[in-house]
Amino acid sequence: MKKSRNEKEKKKKYEKYVSEFTPSTGFVSNGIKAFIVGGLLCSAAYLVQSWIQNSLGIEQKDAGRIVTVGLILAAQILTGLGLFSPAAKFAGAGLIVPITGFANSMVASAIEFKSEGPVLGVGSRLFQLAGPVLVCGISVSIVIGIIYYLMGILGVSLPRV
Amino acid sequence: MAENKMGRQTLVFKNCPEIFAAYSTAGVSEGKGPLRQWFDTVLEDDKIGQKTWEGAETKMLKDTVVGAIGKGGIDKHEIDVIFSGDLINQLMSSSYAVRELGIPFLGLYGACSTMSESLIMAGAFVNAGYSKYAAAAASSHFCTAERQFRMPLEHGNQKPPSAQVTVTGSGCAVLRESVKGCGCIQDLGRPGVYVTGGTIGKIVDMGINDSNMMGAAMAPAAIDTLETHFKETGKEPGFYDLILTGDLGKIGRSIVIDGMGKKGFDMTGNYEDCGCMIFGPDQDAHAGGSGCGCSGSVLCGYVFRRMKAGELKNVLLVSTGALLSTISTQQGESIPGIAHAVSISAEKR
Repeated sequence: MKKSRNEKEKKKKYEKYVSEFTPSTGFVSNGIKAFIVGGLLCSAAYLVQSWIQNSLGIEQKDAGRIVTVGLILAAQILTGLGLFSPAAKFAGAGLIVPITGFANSMVASAIEFKSEGPVLGVGSRLFQLAGPVLVCGISVSIVIGIIYYLMGILGVSLPRV
Repeated sequence: MAENKMGRQTLVFKNCPEIFAAYSTAGVSEGKGPLRQWFDTVLEDDKIGQKTWEGAETKMLKDTVVGAIGKGGIDKHEIDVIFSGDLINQLMSSSYAVRELGIPFLGLYGACSTMSESLIMAGAFVNAGYSKYAAAAASSHFCTAERQFRMPLEHGNQKPPSAQVTVTGSGCAVLRESVKGCGCIQDLGRPGVYVTGGTIGKIVDMGINDSNMMGAAMAPAAIDTLETHFKETGKEPGFYDLILTGDLGKIGRSIVIDGMGKKGFDMTGNYEDCGCMIFGPDQDAHAGGSGCGCSGSVLCGYVFRRMKAGELKNVLLVSTGALLSTISTQQGESIPGIAHAVSISAEKR
């Protein structure tokens, strides 16, 4: 349904009026919390990775994988215990943006739709939140890949990825 | 000639259907809020021993209806019709709650405006003599609404301050033909509570399409219905001891006060919003409560009891609803708001 210009103006005017009554979201404080928690999480993960590399003599690539799996596991267990949601409410993007958020979105869906059965419930809804992220991520990587390839043909020197 | 109405939208119930019993149920966190003493039942566990959240809401609503009928001292077979609604697709909670009761059922979808809508309908049926006893009910449950309209419960996210919390709660009022006429002092010298009329609201849509801004989306509908009600009945806001909107929350409430003020109606003295009343400031409810059960449980608990006690004489309940669907939001449609007003009186006329 197309909206007339008049309606759009009415909408804009009303939204402006409403904003007078709406408290601000707290961008700064949320940003600081997300920065600190997200930073601590990634630093801790890096420390663990270094320890695995140095003490256990595991290669960097494998150590990275182990830490990633550990983070996913921790987020999943915390979600199951009902602790992730309150933590993410505090830390916001600090916990949602890292891979922990992705893990949480899948486990939360699985818990939620268990009542509709393992196949049509959990099976079909498991990727309800993660699915769009995957689709967008993969689509963007395809586009970037094509650009990368074309630039190679045109003789632009590119770093090897 | 339609003689039982004033203006275009306002119905007048000349036979004064009486709310002779009402029952309200609240969830765990609502039961910790400022209104805790007014609910008939506060759930100890929001799942009430059921396998699913929908099952829990169904049971809560059924227990509320049975509770109201029981308080009225009649049998469920005496109820001629029940009007009930909730937020879940295809009115799941209401249909399944009434399934086992054997009461003739008319389901209503008015989103969170359902309590006013069901009261108007039950009042009209009793007033017109189609029912001797009619029940009006509404329910909502945080966990069923959350999974249908928003995110899985355990999903970690942050909500803006304008977001509202769906109330876990339900209310049921049982109406009967007025035995002794409007405003009679009933048994034990306590006043009867009568539904004296209602104003059916129009859909008002100001173009808000952020579902975290429900209060702002519904407030213009509430203003429209309130203005129509006052104009058509010739009453002033001061006529009522309490004017109660359903679930506008803090932002919507401020918009109503401001908007009505600009139209020349002073709402500062006697106006409240159920969504602002049901949760305390320490309960992290953002802009306040929402849902059919919000005005349902506040009306059938707090308001009904205070009217019975003679503390409130005239109350105008304006339950507000956002008539969006999960599909309409994704298709970029804005949120249509609606509000219905019901006037309830415990006063001799």
